[in-house]
Amino acid sequence: MAAQNMKHALFSAIVTLIISYPILGFDLTSEGTSVQLQGADTSTIIGVFIAALVVFLFQLFRDTIMGSLGKLPALSPMANRPPMPQKKRLKVESILLTLMLIGALFWPFIASRGAVDLATLVLIYIMLALGLNVVVGLAGLLDLGYVAFYAVGAYSFALLSQYYGISFWFALPIGALLAALFGLVLGFPVLRLRGDYLAIVTLGFGEIIRILLNNMTNLTGGPNGIGGIPDPTLFGMEFGRRVKEEGNTSFHETFGIAYAGEHKVIFLYLIALVLAVITALVIRRLMRMPVGRAWEALREDEIASRSLGLSRTAVKLSAFTIGAFFAGFAGTVFASKQGFISPESFVFLESAIILAIVVLGGMGSQMGVILAAIAVTILPELAREFSEYRMLIFGAAMVLMMVWRPQGLMPMRRIHIELKPQE
Amino acid sequence: MQDLLYFIQQLINGLTIGSTYALIAIGYTMVYGIIGMINFAHGEIYMIGAYTALIAITGLASMGIAWLPLILVVALICAVIVSSSMGWAVERVAYRPVRGKHRLIPLISAIGMSIFLQNYVHLAQGSSNIGFPALLEGGFRFGAEDSFQTAISYMQILIFSVTLVCMTALSLFISRSRIGRACRAVSQDLGMANLLGIDTNRIISATFVIGAALAAVAGLLLGMYYGSIDPLFGFIAGLKAFTAAVLGGIGSIPGAMLGGLILGVAESMTSGYLSGEYKDVISFSLLILILLFKPTGLLGKPEVEKI
Repeated sequence: MAAQNMKHALFSAIVTLIISYPILGFDLTSEGTSVQLQGADTSTIIGVFIAALVVFLFQLFRDTIMGSLGKLPALSPMANRPPMPQKKRLKVESILLTLMLIGALFWPFIASRGAVDLATLVLIYIMLALGLNVVVGLAGLLDLGYVAFYAVGAYSFALLSQYYGISFWFALPIGALLAALFGLVLGFPVLRLRGDYLAIVTLGFGEIIRILLNNMTNLTGGPNGIGGIPDPTLFGMEFGRRVKEEGNTSFHETFGIAYAGEHKVIFLYLIALVLAVITALVIRRLMRMPVGRAWEALREDEIASRSLGLSRTAVKLSAFTIGAFFAGFAGTVFASKQGFISPESFVFLESAIILAIVVLGGMGSQMGVILAAIAVTILPELAREFSEYRMLIFGAAMVLMMVWRPQGLMPMRRIHIELKPQE
Repeated sequence: MQDLLYFIQQLINGLTIGSTYALIAIGYTMVYGIIGMINFAHGEIYMIGAYTALIAITGLASMGIAWLPLILVVALICAVIVSSSMGWAVERVAYRPVRGKHRLIPLISAIGMSIFLQNYVHLAQGSSNIGFPALLEGGFRFGAEDSFQTAISYMQILIFSVTLVCMTALSLFISRSRIGRACRAVSQDLGMANLLGIDTNRIISATFVIGAALAAVAGLLLGMYYGSIDPLFGFIAGLKAFTAAVLGGIGSIPGAMLGGLILGVAESMTSGYLSGEYKDVISFSLLILILLFKPTGLLGKPEVEKI
């Protein structure tokens, strides 16, 4: 056994060296047309060897390490505790949610302008993640092109306002409905496919949308994007210093206060907050309705639910369309927050980030997804020096999560009846 | 005559690209055939192969070695070794622990791995694209001097011949060798193969290693053909190769070869007769259409739904 371990450990260490040394140990630099090769600095090379050593030692003493990890009780005090009774849990959850909501309402009045802007972005991601949660978490359909629907929402607002002068409030439902329509049209043929094919097809669809946006230059402006997207108005009151459109008044003049740039940011934040709350509530209701139950049933066992009379296509299509609808919602808000959109904002990486949020939070769990969206958006801002490692960490976190805790940090709990322990 | 020459040119370009797609597609199709999962990180392994080859080529050039066959062979060996180790490690770290769990779980793990590897190379080597030195220039030309000429470059001939050698070697390996026979047995019935004394874990590792080695070959060839590489170029190529695998019938090795060639020709015809910008749109549309009308692909076996 020891010899076997030794052999395996040595092999693993050598593989670690092989896969890390050439890529990390040499730097390729372009100088004009020629390419130069330089050795990396000593610390990197030492790091590579230390990594190999760690792998070697870990594999050598694997059984002992894993054994003692399993015995360590302090590492996971939560794991063995019996779950909270349902009533108490619901109470705790609702108190927590109320507190979060109150905090979110007062946030713009205490925080700086930058912080409010960031919070708006967080809310957009919450909307997106909640929407994707329906598709991936509840219905079990892996959608890797979710960002396409986000793009449809954003671009429909931008184009409608550019060509027809339609305001935010009209564009919001139109954008969401258009995105839902795209979801319906794409979903109808592809949802008959098996799960992994679906992932690839949606990925391809996302790429097609991006390439089309990039190349239909006379309609979408191509890579230059569309600018000058109007801000939302409050009952015909604009938030700019001067009124741009006839018939509108300006916010600061109506209320007789001094003009401040913050008004617009706060107003956008509040719109995003209201929409995010609506998204969360609607999806929460849907989860408890027959259609929500059908999503989960189909995810758990397709053959069994089909034999019970559920229409596979209709149920999957409803999840797909609803997910796309909320992405369109988020896209419209995003377009009016940025004032400028281009295909750059809708790359596959964005889909991957949203998926990472859903996976980290716990597929199907709304609370978990909301917390993960906050964490994933804010953490890179707090640790700026690590921001270039952000995607590296996301990738690693997705793998580790699937290996150790596939149900996510805050797994979904169904409403259920509990048996009372006998006295 | 001129139209015919132009058509032949597109055909040659398409077959060149298509044969490298076929090399990458083998990795997808073998892994899918055995454990029924899509190895999303395969495109990244191919990209790492291209990077390693470039590092080896520049390293040799800085040592003053200029004999082309030696450079190519050394670069090929380096790329194959690094990529296959990567393939082995990826399977060990990200796929083996989640094997047999719900279908979504390995898939998400694979996507995480793909993002991780992309950013690993991105951080180590920078995000800008790096030029591949032109090692092999020139070629043959056909047609009248003053009109359109069909050209076959030496590079294209190299790609054809290396692909042909790899495919022949693979076919022989799968049909004749002990491991190849075990591979086929495992892809037919994993549990039964296990009962009959085949070390299935080893065979699954071997599939990943073989797929990664072929991807590394494709990485070297395509890097030289296109003339530049960047950390993201594995992603699209991986998608294309997957499309090729599905087109030919996923799980079938001859299918992957056929699918790669068809996809390559379809793409070059699109860029030759319509517009180069839409060639990606065409290949993804092709993928969607194939999945709709013939999900088993051209040479795939129909899948039986087991209850």
